[in-house]
Amino acid sequence: MALAESTYEKRDYSLTGPEADRAIERGLASAEWYHTDIPRKVMKGLMRRSDGPAIRDTVLWLGLMAVTATGGVLTWGTGWAVVFFAVYGVLYGSACDSRWHECGHGTAFKTEWMNDYVYLIASFMVLRNPVSWRWSHARHHTDTIIVGRDPEIAVMRPPDLARKALAFVGIPDVVQHFAILMRNAMGRFGPDERDYIPASEIPRAIVWARIFVAIHLGAVIVAFATWSILPLVLIGGPRIYGTWHMVLVGLLQHGGLAEDVLDHRLNSRSVHMNPVSRWIYWNMNYHVEHHMFPMVPYHALPALHELIKDDLPPANRSIPHAYGEMIRALIRQRHEPGYFIRRTLPPTARPYREDLHDAASVPRTPAA
Amino acid sequence: MSTWIDACAYDAIEEEDVIRFDHDGRTFAIYRSLSGDVFCTDGLCTHEQVHLADGLVLDDTIECPKHNGRFNYKTGAALRTPACVNLATYPARVNGDRIEVQI
Repeated sequence: MALAESTYEKRDYSLTGPEADRAIERGLASAEWYHTDIPRKVMKGLMRRSDGPAIRDTVLWLGLMAVTATGGVLTWGTGWAVVFFAVYGVLYGSACDSRWHECGHGTAFKTEWMNDYVYLIASFMVLRNPVSWRWSHARHHTDTIIVGRDPEIAVMRPPDLARKALAFVGIPDVVQHFAILMRNAMGRFGPDERDYIPASEIPRAIVWARIFVAIHLGAVIVAFATWSILPLVLIGGPRIYGTWHMVLVGLLQHGGLAEDVLDHRLNSRSVHMNPVSRWIYWNMNYHVEHHMFPMVPYHALPALHELIKDDLPPANRSIPHAYGEMIRALIRQRHEPGYFIRRTLPPTARPYREDLHDAASVPRTPAA
Repeated sequence: MSTWIDACAYDAIEEEDVIRFDHDGRTFAIYRSLSGDVFCTDGLCTHEQVHLADGLVLDDTIECPKHNGRFNYKTGAALRTPACVNLATYPARVNGDRIEVQI
């Protein structure tokens, strides 16, 4: 593994600034991306949909939430409640992200309405407008970590490490997301949102924002009426005290890796994880594989990984191992934002497709 | 009236699958349903310029490989966002052991 160096100019990560025009001019928007070759018959097998795994996991997910919430309520005021809500919080405030993600892709279940219902529930939990974020994520897949195009770049350069640390307790994420929902509920959408949400979808986005805001405000009213924080521990609160796992695994997806490239092996990271984290995360630890083939359901990603791993940089062997790599790069990026991790491919892999992206696309002019 | 154009061998497409067919500077997708009928649509997703032939055929639908937008490949109807604009469809038929399309 090596750190590649380049000099850097400060970048505008908005979708309506000069970087957006630059990405289009350089052919980085809606571009052709590198894919590992997989025979069509094998790919069809990997893409095959079924309801079974996601029904099992969803029943388990919602069942565990019901059990831990009940346990927490019944033991409220004792130390046991802390234990129950520690588990409930992660199920609500972290597992929601992967359910939102997979059901948003429409790959978790074969039956479409199941994807739609779980997507709505998870969107509520994760405090995301279910309409606008569907379009946001489509753009993330079209233009993954293309500056000026991708609205979901989690770690911008130079990275603000204190802010990233606070994200583990939902700050300022929760405030920002709720503010966006409030704004959407009032019919207001920013220029970035309007860049990726079709105008025809705005009315639906407003309706869902109003529903989500109303439920949360309802929980606040009940909390005041009962003079108890318990309603907010059950609704909304887990997005603060239980979100740490979502951030823990989410930052690894692209953190410290390249910007403005058209080969997911350069800008995404796969990490071997423990089975509990993989269940919470629905196998999105195979993130290079997911970006390369987003039609493959979460339950088939381990098989996809086995199939194409010889064409990918080696997956990090654990979460701590991946953090060791990423944090070193992020610390360095604070002062030298042009640095990024360029991982060594195994000899069996096809070379990085540097030709697909403009070699000059990594910023190279020193900051003024 | 357009003429029928020879596109490919019938056996070139598996049941419930799709292949890409390029003709005269345009690209199309040709489908074979579970019942053995054949269909033809434009080859690129109406959301973004992605070849549908790399996607997944499931019952009467084709799912785009990039963003999972879905269309009914028999009618061209867009069924799932981010696909919002319908696909153009074209007549297709089996002639002996060949598939012909009228485009």
